[in-house]
Amino acid sequence: MGTTSVRERAAVLAGRAAGAAARTLRLGGGTALPGLVAARIAPDLVERLAAGLRAGTVTVTGTNGKTTTAHLLSAIARHAGMEVVANRSGSNLERGVIATFVESKTPSAGEAGVAERRLGVLEIDEAAWPSLASRLRPRVAVFLNLFRDQLDRYGEVDSVAEGWRAGLRALASGAGSGATLVLNADDPSVAQLAEAWPHRVLAFGVDDPRVALPAPEHAADARFCVCGARFAYDAVHVAHVGRWRCTRCGRARPARDVAALAVETAGEGARARVAVGGREVELALPLAGLYSVYNALAAVAAASALGVAPSSIAEALAHATPAFGRQETFDLDGRRVRVLLAKNPAGLNEVVRTLETAGPPLRLLALLNDGIQDGRDVSWIYDADVERLAPLAPTLVCSGDRADDLALRFALAGVEPAVVERDVERALDRALEATPAGARLEVVPTYTAMLRVREVLARRSGRRPYWAGERS
Amino acid sequence: MTMRGGAGGLAGGALRVVSLYGDVMNVYADRGNVIAVGARARERGVAVEVQRVGIGDPLPEDADLVLIGGGQDREQRRIAEDLAARGPALQRWVDDGVAMLAVCGGFQLFGRWYRDTSGVELPGAGVFDVTTVAPGPGWPRCIGDVLATSTLADVGEVVGFENHGGRTYLGPSARPFARVTFGHGNNGEDGTEGALRRRAVGTYLHGSLLPKNVALLDHLLAGALSHRDGREVSLPALPAPYAARAHAAAAEVARRRAPAFARDARPAS
Repeated sequence: MGTTSVRERAAVLAGRAAGAAARTLRLGGGTALPGLVAARIAPDLVERLAAGLRAGTVTVTGTNGKTTTAHLLSAIARHAGMEVVANRSGSNLERGVIATFVESKTPSAGEAGVAERRLGVLEIDEAAWPSLASRLRPRVAVFLNLFRDQLDRYGEVDSVAEGWRAGLRALASGAGSGATLVLNADDPSVAQLAEAWPHRVLAFGVDDPRVALPAPEHAADARFCVCGARFAYDAVHVAHVGRWRCTRCGRARPARDVAALAVETAGEGARARVAVGGREVELALPLAGLYSVYNALAAVAAASALGVAPSSIAEALAHATPAFGRQETFDLDGRRVRVLLAKNPAGLNEVVRTLETAGPPLRLLALLNDGIQDGRDVSWIYDADVERLAPLAPTLVCSGDRADDLALRFALAGVEPAVVERDVERALDRALEATPAGARLEVVPTYTAMLRVREVLARRSGRRPYWAGERS
Repeated sequence: MTMRGGAGGLAGGALRVVSLYGDVMNVYADRGNVIAVGARARERGVAVEVQRVGIGDPLPEDADLVLIGGGQDREQRRIAEDLAARGPALQRWVDDGVAMLAVCGGFQLFGRWYRDTSGVELPGAGVFDVTTVAPGPGWPRCIGDVLATSTLADVGEVVGFENHGGRTYLGPSARPFARVTFGHGNNGEDGTEGALRRRAVGTYLHGSLLPKNVALLDHLLAGALSHRDGREVSLPALPAPYAARAHAAAAEVARRRAPAFARDARPAS
């Protein structure tokens, strides 16, 4: 940005000071406070700071996979020589976005060319996307999926989709029309966004028939087309995501620009042969599960929209690491601890499927909190198919503020908990006791429970806290 | 799911449970109620057959227990006409002593009518003498933890989570299912929660409701067995330790953070 106003600089400096103070005073990571402070001083800060990202901004939104997708895309972009400005885990509302900008390194006059290579990779809360997108004017807008999530906070699923369509229509008719949409072809509520976008669209999807589930899961949300008829599925991959078509109006899963032709999800990671830009590349991912393959496809499609070569994308992904709390592993006393965040039915179903693939014996620490960021209504655990874990006869420890609700849910599913302990650290100790040396403990927390259990795991394994770690 | 065994459980054949629109009215996890009925019946040695009835599907000839959950506005509009057409059959059933549980959107549509924001009235099934009005713009949804005391003596304290825009009012022949201590209840004005008619219970409470309100679960099961056997059936006490602890935890949360009932569900002035 050529002309930086005094007010803008003051806002940025005040924000940075607030973030430093918050961390010094141990008020958590101080990830949102800088944004709150800076936005007070300069209300148009988002527009001004976004304009300073000369390589443009990529927004990543959707119910599940935002953090992982943004994290993988950041790794690809860095590998391709870009200077990435990314928000940290969960800081995906306006104040978090401003805080990201405020705390990012401003290129000095001596660093020629750096400004031109600055790319924003921002995960954006699905409800906040319409208002933030109009201000960020993204170069690429990624839409991952739309599932039921925290109905007490977001309202109904339909209203989130309506917000996206309205936001896209506003962008399409204005200065944002140069953007490329990256859409999940397999999720009908996402794929149909193309109808609100007369400009460039890249669709991604999975074309391997072996990943199909026998039937839509209970937690499937998009059952009806915009025309009112029911969708039919030639294959269901996740919840309502798959090879869909409308039985009446002829709307159907669009052609895939980026497609996973063969997917292997056995083992700790996943592999996929992916068609992109007229070539085929083999992707080796450090993440397990079909949902991780979807996230990787979204990152590949976004990178492709930015002009990154397929071979470079594959190289970057081979060296990528899991994002914060999303399949991160920790080594503790000779035991491997893997953290699998699950915050809604679709996410928990995918985690269940990943645990099924890993097979017995299963040692499981499940944590349910009911904070605002988790959803105060814990009903959703009944929409997930935890019954599928019963055949594995897991050794189960239930924890978190609503450990008793979780224990009841598992007991009804035929999985008797071995221990119910609300305190996270004590529950972790009990779960570790039940895990033999050399074996693996799977930890499945909701969002705020993940922050808590990860803090303990990081401390005990000597890893740095999240706000000191690498961005995103 | 068909289960057998246990003394007296098969006196009249399997308990016939009808789950209405389970694939559409499913967004607030009311599936937990179906799961809890199956598990509790199994514990009590009662065989259960669940029949899922969707849009356009015929109702079975008879049933002992009918369950319906909540859905999104769009889904409620989708089923409203189909459900209203079943009104006479459902009313016959309820008068014949069939047990029912209608939650949230299902409760609204089991009433006489639902008037949306544009003033259009959707007809209901008429099981409960209640009417529901979608409030005008500016009125907040009623969202949060609920602690209530049931008017059913054998049910007592009830815990759950409500999330509804519509305000429901009891007609002259309806009696409330519960009185709200914490939360909003039917309309945020009169302190009532839900409605009753014979063995049918309407309520706004999710949670899922039946897993952690075992007294209500047993009340409905006893009602369903009474209908099946044609005589008043009372169930022996049977402990439910996980449910009791989850109930206590939810009650503690409601006391801590839900607003005490104070006619607060009004627009900000």
